[in-house]
Amino acid sequence: MAQDGSFVANGSVEPGPVAAPKVNLNYNLFELRALRSTFLTAAAWLIALLGAIPLLSVIYMLVVKGGARLGYELFTELPPAGFELGGGIGNAIQGTLVTVAIAALISIPIALLAAIYLAELRPNSQISVWARFLSKVLTGFPSILAGVFVYAAVVLLMGTYSALAGGIALAVLMLPTVTLTAEGAMRMVPQRMKDAAIGMGCTNAQVVWKVTLPTALPSVVTGVILSVARVAGESAPLLFTALFSNYWLRSLREPTASLSILIYNFSSMPFENQIELAWAASLVLVMIVLGFNILSRFIGRPQV
Amino acid sequence: MSYVEALAPKEAPQKAPDVVIDCDVKKIMYGAFQAVRDSRVPIEKGKITGFIGPSGCGKSTVLRSLNRMNDLIKGFSLAGEVHFLGHNVYGKNIDPVVVRRHIGMVFQQPNPFSMSIFNNVAFGLRLNRFKGDIHEKVEKSLRRAALWDEVKDKLKESGLSLSGGQQQRLCIARAIAPEPTVLLMDEPCSALDPIATRRIEELMLELKKDYTIALVTHNMQQARRVADKTAFFSVDISKGGRTGYLVEMGDTDQIFDAPQAQLTKEYIRGEFS
Repeated sequence: MAQDGSFVANGSVEPGPVAAPKVNLNYNLFELRALRSTFLTAAAWLIALLGAIPLLSVIYMLVVKGGARLGYELFTELPPAGFELGGGIGNAIQGTLVTVAIAALISIPIALLAAIYLAELRPNSQISVWARFLSKVLTGFPSILAGVFVYAAVVLLMGTYSALAGGIALAVLMLPTVTLTAEGAMRMVPQRMKDAAIGMGCTNAQVVWKVTLPTALPSVVTGVILSVARVAGESAPLLFTALFSNYWLRSLREPTASLSILIYNFSSMPFENQIELAWAASLVLVMIVLGFNILSRFIGRPQV
Repeated sequence: MSYVEALAPKEAPQKAPDVVIDCDVKKIMYGAFQAVRDSRVPIEKGKITGFIGPSGCGKSTVLRSLNRMNDLIKGFSLAGEVHFLGHNVYGKNIDPVVVRRHIGMVFQQPNPFSMSIFNNVAFGLRLNRFKGDIHEKVEKSLRRAALWDEVKDKLKESGLSLSGGQQQRLCIARAIAPEPTVLLMDEPCSALDPIATRRIEELMLELKKDYTIALVTHNMQQARRVADKTAFFSVDISKGGRTGYLVEMGDTDQIFDAPQAQLTKEYIRGEFS
């Protein structure tokens, strides 16, 4: 700015510009600071890759070992007996989908209503405090105990292992996670939106159904899908409840096959064919779980 | 109590034919805290009534008690009467939900719902089971809120995608769509920039042709620009608490040019705030 002289107050033509301190703004790769940064970035990358190795190697192994059997037959045929060749895991896929669907049908409505109570109706009541605490306890509940509980409560009562009992056992596991995520999602809805609804003349129920729930829906659905994905891979609770079956499921009051139990059963058999099927079933199970996770990503995005 | 009466408006305003809400608050309590005392504010039809005063003077509290929004606050209680078209809003068999459908509200922070622009405006219509052309009604409301031209091509986009000023006009469109009798506006411009504020003010002047408006503002100039009647509130800290009360109320010109009470004079002159 000294060049044009316009800022010079005393009017002298050449005021002798203040010597600008010499600065070097160029990037210097070999400065200690830059070196350290490069090193740390590389280390972070490396460790991230290390973290991904278990997942990637599992998937790689499943594809290599189970990929060969992936085909039409796998999805449509019943599991083979002893020395038979061929066969598929159709009934196990069916069984897993049915039990998970039963679990979702039972747990989602209860969990949503509970979440509405916790988040909207009486967030600070004694019941809410306890319900929240017990839900948290239940999220860490050993899944095999859910199976034992349903064995005592349902299987003994019905006199038979059944898909229904399996579904109920999975529902017990889904309930706390769905409740807590739905509560969290509804609490995230800003109070001013609820105020606006009340100001429009909404009853409490209308505020919940027309504003809070729709606004929270993407996150609620994400929570639901993630917990569905989680229980789809459970085997322990199904051991005492759904048991296993070598046939297609015809009634919910019958025992049913499931992918996780099939993997468990077949992997310990002395037949090559069964072991291959166990690998293929593992691959299918992982793909189902992965599919649910990817789905939740899409739905969880903010809508409109 | 006696000096209180000296400050309260002497002549009770005549229940003129066009008083829509006759608000006569004796006492508003939040638990043990007395927030407001002795404030009589008649809201006249087709006019903008401005509520001004320093922070904590209870102007918002009084406004929110008109449509029973304060019911949501724990420990709230009101002594006195608020008459809306002859009904005591705090009467025994009154449903606050119904009251709020007749007395709409625009809040300090723009608060559109997380849904499309169209659905935001249609919300109140659907709530009231509006029978008729909902599209026409939405367009009309958006036009009246001076927002139509800006949003007519993106009615399906989220209400939250609009700018702050647009969001507030959307909230006004939403509030007026079900055609309430009165519109309460609680510092509607405090979160907006001066240009957006000016637009909302123009809008208020336009809207008062059809609606009765009660406006809380911390901006005296705004009250002067748009309000027909102005109510000046202040805080009484003499008894240790911070109790708001109405100091004086009158035509806006009178309040600003010839205030009666000493407090009003000082406030208008900007000696405290």
